[in-house]
Amino acid sequence: MQLAVLVIFLAAALTPWLYKSLDSRTSTILAIIPAALTVWFASYIPAVASGEVIVHHYDWIPGLGVSFDMVLDGLSLLFALLICGVGTFIVLYAGAYLKGHENLNRFLVILLSFMGSMLGLVLADNLITLFVFWELTSITSYMLIGFNHQSADARKAALQGLIVTVGGGLALMAGLIMLASAGGSYSLQEIFNSSDVLTEHPWYTGMMVCLLLGAFTKSAQFPFHFWLPNAMAAPTPVSAYLHSATMVKAGIYLLARLQPELGGTELWITVLTSVGAFTMLTGAFLALRNTDLKKLLAYSTLMALGTLVLLLGIGTELAMIGFAAYLVAHSLYKGALFMLAGAVDHEAGSRDVRDLGGLRKKLPVTAVCTMVAALSLAGLPPLFGFVAKELLLESLLDDMFSMVILAMVILSSIFIVCVAALVAIRPFFGEFKAGKDADQIHEAPAGMLAGPVVLVVLSLLAGLVPGLVGTFFTLPATYAVAGGEIEGYLSLWHGINAALLISIASIVLGFILFKNWDKVYLQLRKLDPIINRGPELGYFKFMDGLVWTAEWQTRLLQNGSMRNYLRVIILSFVVITGYTLLTRYQLHWNFDLDVTFYEVFAVLMLVAGAAAAVLTSSRMGAVAYMGSVGFFVAMIFILFSAPDLGITQILVETLTVILLVLVLFRLPSFSNISSPLDRASDAFVALLTGALMTLLIMVTIDVQMFEPISDYMIANSVPLAQGRNIVNVILVDYRALDTLGEIFVLALAAMGVYAMIKFNPKTAPGSNHHAGTLILPPKHIPEKDIVHSLEEIHQRMLEEQNIVPADEIEQEALDDEDLERSADAEDEARNATTGSNPSMTKKNAQHDGVHDYSDYEEGTDKDINPDTNEPHKGEPKP
Amino acid sequence: MMKPGTLILHVAARYLVPLQLVFSVFLLLRGHDEPGGGFIAGLVASGAFALYLFTFGATVTRDLMRVDPRNLIGVGLFFGMISIFPALIVGEPLLTAQWWDIPMPGGGYLKMNTPLIFDIGVYFTVFGSVMLMLIALTETEEH
Repeated sequence: MQLAVLVIFLAAALTPWLYKSLDSRTSTILAIIPAALTVWFASYIPAVASGEVIVHHYDWIPGLGVSFDMVLDGLSLLFALLICGVGTFIVLYAGAYLKGHENLNRFLVILLSFMGSMLGLVLADNLITLFVFWELTSITSYMLIGFNHQSADARKAALQGLIVTVGGGLALMAGLIMLASAGGSYSLQEIFNSSDVLTEHPWYTGMMVCLLLGAFTKSAQFPFHFWLPNAMAAPTPVSAYLHSATMVKAGIYLLARLQPELGGTELWITVLTSVGAFTMLTGAFLALRNTDLKKLLAYSTLMALGTLVLLLGIGTELAMIGFAAYLVAHSLYKGALFMLAGAVDHEAGSRDVRDLGGLRKKLPVTAVCTMVAALSLAGLPPLFGFVAKELLLESLLDDMFSMVILAMVILSSIFIVCVAALVAIRPFFGEFKAGKDADQIHEAPAGMLAGPVVLVVLSLLAGLVPGLVGTFFTLPATYAVAGGEIEGYLSLWHGINAALLISIASIVLGFILFKNWDKVYLQLRKLDPIINRGPELGYFKFMDGLVWTAEWQTRLLQNGSMRNYLRVIILSFVVITGYTLLTRYQLHWNFDLDVTFYEVFAVLMLVAGAAAAVLTSSRMGAVAYMGSVGFFVAMIFILFSAPDLGITQILVETLTVILLVLVLFRLPSFSNISSPLDRASDAFVALLTGALMTLLIMVTIDVQMFEPISDYMIANSVPLAQGRNIVNVILVDYRALDTLGEIFVLALAAMGVYAMIKFNPKTAPGSNHHAGTLILPPKHIPEKDIVHSLEEIHQRMLEEQNIVPADEIEQEALDDEDLERSADAEDEARNATTGSNPSMTKKNAQHDGVHDYSDYEEGTDKDINPDTNEPHKGEPKP
Repeated sequence: MMKPGTLILHVAARYLVPLQLVFSVFLLLRGHDEPGGGFIAGLVASGAFALYLFTFGATVTRDLMRVDPRNLIGVGLFFGMISIFPALIVGEPLLTAQWWDIPMPGGGYLKMNTPLIFDIGVYFTVFGSVMLMLIALTETEEH
């Protein structure tokens, strides 16, 4: 089974090469893979139907208890068959639907990656593996929704889907970790087999809320439902596959998977039934407000997802049977309907039901398939949708669960009958209407029709022999959900009972609603202001808040002042370390020193150097004093017999001084730009740090917590590493991986410095008088780069080709100078207004004295790529 | 930035650079047993060229080095990386030190080993990184 998942990813990786030689036939070839996997999974049906659970072991990260075990029980098998079976047709369909699209290969890669992730998700036994695949489906879904990345709407919808599902994914991760801690294992099978009762665990509520958040966001339950209809911005194959048949059912899968262990409590039942029922009704109701075929179907998908959650919430045996049946029925008809809607859109050029009509003569196969699938959606016999709906109604009546829920179910089935009629009747009957001319419309290619035809036939067959489907497909899945074998059967005819009567009533009422839909639609439009204030508004508010918070905290923490950064870092160090020091150890006063005079000398010089560096009034002097501090540190190393460290310290100090000299050369002369108060607070921070370090050292001298590792290193450096220089042995042998990392960091740092110096003339040392402030230099766009009109572009092209004499260019140059002069004046005016900031004015004054402004301008014009030469967005905010 | 034409510096740089380079190689090779090693040796080598850089400027130094410092970094990282794989071939965990005694004419043995290769990698990376920064900074100064 690991191989099955791997093969799909492999196929995804190979697609670009296949595509080069096969072009649009790639999808036909690629469809073989899911088809073969369908057959392979189907071969497990008899074994699984007899109650067997097939486990394939494979270690992934044994040290962390993360395995790649895969489990095939009834539920997994049902999902695997749906994923591979529907997937086969989707791949075929995509090849035809996106034929000639320049990014078809990219599409297939992501689609197959999604298929692999989804398959891994339903097969995974380990919670971490499950989570990884879960997130992979979110990411691939993001890329698929945003496939038409030129469209802003698609990008927005993709991001919305990603943020909602990944946000839920975070909660899910917390939930899974709690589940694993409470259950004592990361393996689902082990959790199920252990005797612990998780429902009585103190973490149960928290765990459940987190898991439900994950599942509800993924399966688009109210109030997270808004992302699903927006995700219809994706190409139709994606809508058919991810957003109806598979991915949105991942949340349902998770709930079903956890039902035996976590289900059955009052909380579980209340939350699932209420959220499920509400989503169902919302979906069915909102569907009526739409005219776009795909949106209609998307909202009816919401309704179906809500129903599935509701069934899980009810949790009776009958409800479990109904759950599995409904799941299969929905995947069959909804996948087909989406593909058919895509075919209509593709061929007739529109998918607004108001703009379509009378297409049955032009698209006979599409019309017939749509009608049959819609019958299943509406829940009419003899289709499988009817079987499923009867079970739903019976499970509600069986319990006399709650009249409110029953009423919601009846109401939403009335709405959904209307939706089904809208989808199946409006586009195909009545007078001819379409987005294209009649003679341009012809039946969709075979690749696009193969999927719907097969799925519709399956829907029909399953409805005719529900018993067989029950035995081999849905009942084994039911066992997995219910956590044991239960009595049950599926049949088309249950006799004349309350469920049947409700069905008939809702179909009749739904049809009446359909007849009056045009009027109802106009009435529903009046509700827009209320519906627009729905949960989606909350999402937008949340996103705004996110941006606002990011801005606020960036301004607070990343304000560009080096001194501020240092102060924050050092103070946090002092507080955290100091707290630990004081709480864990007492203060040690250890003045029992045995020093020689040259040690005292070195230390005194060190202190003197540091004091001089602080007090000096020349930048160069400060650098030199700092260098002397470094050299005396090196001397101390050597005194304490660490020649390697000493040498390194001397060399590093030397090079640091050289580097600093190079950098500082052009900076304005040293001046006190901070107020005495600032300096006092700096001194305080510095002294505090020094005091803390002193205390730390005193503690380390006294407290020996572990056997020092140096003994081991000294003893083993010759026998193990054949070297007598322990420092070097540590660097290149004991800790070679660290050193490897360090040289990469060093290389990256050098590249960074190089890039900063070379590729941006503005940040080269000395050329940016705003260095260290948040204020960006004003950007002057030369007049010649500002385009006022098309004529001007034309004129310039003529000039460039020497068609027009270049005397006008001289005129422009003059204009340029004018502009520069005025810009300078502007700059000065700005400086005057920002005069309240002493550092700014001083630096600017310095700058004006040292440099010629035009140099700077020239450099800018010459070196900057004209493509990036656009006005600055980051103009400082006052 | 530096005033050109100080005679002592000119002469000293010419004679000191080769000496320092030889010294850096010496430090590199003895590093495993005595004070030294790739990092120190790399710093000494860059110190040599830094002296030259101060005396004769960036263009001349580039010319003397012949190799672009960026390439030196690449070479260093490459050596660092290849030193980790021989252990895999022998079937030990990555980065386990391997020692080969290669017989030399005259009866002696050359102690060839992966830590040395690794150290050479460190040497070139440090050398290249420092020179890259120094030359880049000097070039901006000269403009």
